[in-house]
Amino acid sequence: MSIKSKFILSAAAVFLGTTAYAGCGLSGGNVSILGNEFAAIQAVAEGAKQCAGDGVTVESNLNKDYRELQVAALTANPAQYTAVTTTNAAIVPLLNSDLIRPLDELIAKHGQHLSKSQMITVDGKVMAVAFMANAQHLFIREDILKAAGVKAPQTYEEVIAAGKAIKDAGLLQYPFATTSKTGWDLAQEFVNMYLGHGGSFFKPGTAEPNVNNETGVAALNTLKELVALSNPDYLTFDSNAVQASWEAGEVAMAHLWGSRGTGILDDEGSTAEIVGNTALIASPTVGGGSTPASTLWWDGFVIASNVSDEDAEASFVAMVNGISPEVVKANNDAAVWLVKGYEPSPASAGVSATATGGTKPYPMIPFMGLMHTALGAELTEFLQGSESAEQALADAEASYVAAAKEKGFLN
Amino acid sequence: MSSIANRSSRSVIIFSSVFVLLWVVIASFPFIWTLWGSFKVQADFFSKADWRNALWGTRTMIEAGGTFTGAGYEGAWIQEEFWRAAINTMIVVFFTVVISLTFGTLGGYALARSGHNYAFWLLMIALVFRAMPHITLVSGYLLPFFEWNLWGHLPTSIIVLVAINQPFTLWMLHSFFLNIPKDLDESAKVDGCTQFQAFRHVIIPVMWPGVITTGLFSFLLAYNDFAVTAMLLSEENRTMVPAIAGFLGSTLEEGNVMFAVAAVVSATAPLFVLVMFFQRQIVSGLTAGAVKG
Amino acid sequence: MRHKTFFWFILPSLAAMILFIALPLVSVVIQSLHIEHEQVIVTTENCGPFGCTEESSVDTEATAALRAEQPLGRFAGLTTYFDRGHLATAEVAEAWRSRDGLGGFFSALYNLPFYKALAFTLTYTFLVTPLVIVLGLMIALGVNRLTPVLKGPTIFVSLLPMIITPLIGSLILFWMIDAQGVIGKTLQWLFDDPDLSLKASPVLTWITLMVYGVWSSAPFAFVVFYAGLQTVNSDSIEAAMIDGATRWQRIRYVVIPHLTPLVVFISLIQLMDNFRVFEPIVGFSAQANATSLSYIIFADMRSDITRFNSAAATSVLTVIGVAILLSPVLVRTWRDFKGKAA
Repeated sequence: MSIKSKFILSAAAVFLGTTAYAGCGLSGGNVSILGNEFAAIQAVAEGAKQCAGDGVTVESNLNKDYRELQVAALTANPAQYTAVTTTNAAIVPLLNSDLIRPLDELIAKHGQHLSKSQMITVDGKVMAVAFMANAQHLFIREDILKAAGVKAPQTYEEVIAAGKAIKDAGLLQYPFATTSKTGWDLAQEFVNMYLGHGGSFFKPGTAEPNVNNETGVAALNTLKELVALSNPDYLTFDSNAVQASWEAGEVAMAHLWGSRGTGILDDEGSTAEIVGNTALIASPTVGGGSTPASTLWWDGFVIASNVSDEDAEASFVAMVNGISPEVVKANNDAAVWLVKGYEPSPASAGVSATATGGTKPYPMIPFMGLMHTALGAELTEFLQGSESAEQALADAEASYVAAAKEKGFLN
Repeated sequence: MSSIANRSSRSVIIFSSVFVLLWVVIASFPFIWTLWGSFKVQADFFSKADWRNALWGTRTMIEAGGTFTGAGYEGAWIQEEFWRAAINTMIVVFFTVVISLTFGTLGGYALARSGHNYAFWLLMIALVFRAMPHITLVSGYLLPFFEWNLWGHLPTSIIVLVAINQPFTLWMLHSFFLNIPKDLDESAKVDGCTQFQAFRHVIIPVMWPGVITTGLFSFLLAYNDFAVTAMLLSEENRTMVPAIAGFLGSTLEEGNVMFAVAAVVSATAPLFVLVMFFQRQIVSGLTAGAVKG
Repeated sequence: MRHKTFFWFILPSLAAMILFIALPLVSVVIQSLHIEHEQVIVTTENCGPFGCTEESSVDTEATAALRAEQPLGRFAGLTTYFDRGHLATAEVAEAWRSRDGLGGFFSALYNLPFYKALAFTLTYTFLVTPLVIVLGLMIALGVNRLTPVLKGPTIFVSLLPMIITPLIGSLILFWMIDAQGVIGKTLQWLFDDPDLSLKASPVLTWITLMVYGVWSSAPFAFVVFYAGLQTVNSDSIEAAMIDGATRWQRIRYVVIPHLTPLVVFISLIQLMDNFRVFEPIVGFSAQANATSLSYIIFADMRSDITRFNSAAATSVLTVIGVAILLSPVLVRTWRDFKGKAA
């Protein structure tokens, strides 16, 4: 670390350090944080930096592409980064390669005030500490639904019926939108729908794929009915596009990430009429299922294996300071925090409702990522009508099997 | 072309002028639209509601209180400290171009003057190297760079960019040197110069047009690079293009699209100056160099 | 030039290329011949903020032991090259055996990711490259006729499509061609079709990508040709005029032969760059309808679990593809080279 940035950090610690004091009670250690780049993570990194001083250095590298860097950075010995902020999908490669250390001892020593629900345990050992939650859920326009004479939908069947009603009433040509861009986004929608229909992606206890079945076909058919109510450009719709459509008042129902709620409900980009009539409600159930067809996500931090115990301890303390109630309070609306002291905001209503409904977390399975990629690449043709659901699912399974063989999960 | 050559029929003149005019519109329209839009708010830039909002700034009026706003520029340059990325880009680009050209002129000159078969095969191998997708190369660097603590620093990215640019630089300069008459340095050698002295005293003075042209292409490569700089630089050393990509947000998180738009426009400004300044050299350089392929 | 002198001149350039391209290339080839270790899977109980579930996970200790034995992974020979994600020999053979006419065979082939990507990549390469050359030449001829005052600004504007980062340039255009955007609306008005969307249909997506490709590469060809035009011998043009050659004949018989070496140079660079088309696909979110070899590599590298071996194999196939594509040009260069040496 350069002298200049050291100076800035210690200066920041002096000015910002309200509750934290330099060094956070540590005798020394180097903390370096790798993470995704957005407001909530930036706040956490700033909070961690308050521990700098008295022989403790804290630096961070926040990058949208952190997932591409994390495995190589933590494989090096000593690791380039001592702490990484991650999610339930991004943690998998780190777990697979044994690059992060169990946190039980550190929690006993420095993290007594963390709540039990924040601990991510794998086989009884705490491997990560979660601090925020996210989920896709339904955004609805109450005024349009009312004009079409339908109530807020609780199942996807109702979403489809409401969409048709809105279309027939001539209110909107394309009433529904979701993140259906070919690739990761579309696969994520299938994951939601398949879990909502009660499916499981693998044969129990193995890495054998298990999506080419009736449940898979049902999930695909629901998706197809939904995209029929979407703009024909739906295969290019990522979160940005859906949010822009929403703010322009082009859609009446959207299945979108809860983390977009704050942006949709703020006073930028849209009219007061649209914002005022936007309601954030739970993700719908599907096919008679009891839990919403969505997945729950957490963001948390992990500590690298290939670092000295001193650095690991310093990193843990700094990160705990980064997710302290003070940081959360100062950035209350930046995320749906899992930390004590968080005041639920209107933007978090949808995520909370979805979580309360008993939605499953996104599977933290070693080969789930391969399945996700395979689904994202192979399902488009069915939605476009150029192949059958069975063929699309068979393709996805074949694509997954080739990948799983290469990665050593299947033989 | 001479005066007789200009005596073509009227229809040809009209056709040619209309064609150039059309091309100028097609080439510049997206940029002008972006430039105009960069002074609006996001709702007007996307103008999902009505595309004409982008012209009149309907939402900008409501949100910013005027039909134009510098909020994107202020956000990018002051709040997000885009100037850091601009400085990093300047460092990376300057050294990449200088080192690329130094290595490239030496190598290109040698390849142009050597009649041995291995010179040809070196050129061919350089082409194969150029065919390698950058993204694969870059992921291969990650582990060794982390292991040896080279990752994240500007010099590492510079040398990687130099290496990746070498094949193109070698090819371009090689064909340029082929065009400088052999007699020049041969006669210098007859006068008792070593090959290097001949290169230094005879070739260097006449090689500038070709070098400047090649330098411009190296410049553009380094300036526009995303694959290398996004993966090999830490946040504090980040250059402009990855910084702009960072403004765009991710699947889960909303970005600041207007910051990105303002930054894109700003990032293009130095290129304007550069192209205007070197316009003549690009042309004269290529004239002398690439013509003989 | 003597071998030793040659060596010292080429050394810096060669060293940089060996260190940062050749060695990684060797490692890429080696990795493409390997697959990862067998992963030892166990079922564990995992808990988090949303409750506990029984899930599979990797037994890291057991797997680490396997990894220590063979750091590179299991040697797999060319297995990866022939699997479904690449050349898919088994699937192709099966499609041929159970073919339902040639059309059925090709649609089965198109269902395989590698061939789907290859179809777009080749179409793109062979349409965009000649169009770039023709458009570049026409612009160069047009600009060459302008009065000197206008030449400078025109050259500068003509370079604009090339100097904006492709990743961002295509993104901005993507917003503009949206059905609600300025270009999208204009096209709807031009074709009198209010539902026209460039993003929805496969054919229109391909056309959009290729138009973008031509637009962004034409300046490169233009600059090179314009420079070449400056050296056309005006005597031969005048001679042709006195012989009564029309403007077209002058271009056909005097200007174009003069520019032939440049066409070779541009083809070489453009064939290679177009074969690796990537940024517009991401910028235009076109992966539903068009993928390329580079896109497959990107998808392997950026998926939730990085598949380096697979990406390595696709990269090697790309390099081989480029070599095949360029071979006619290379043969020509060889002849030139021998000609010069003689």
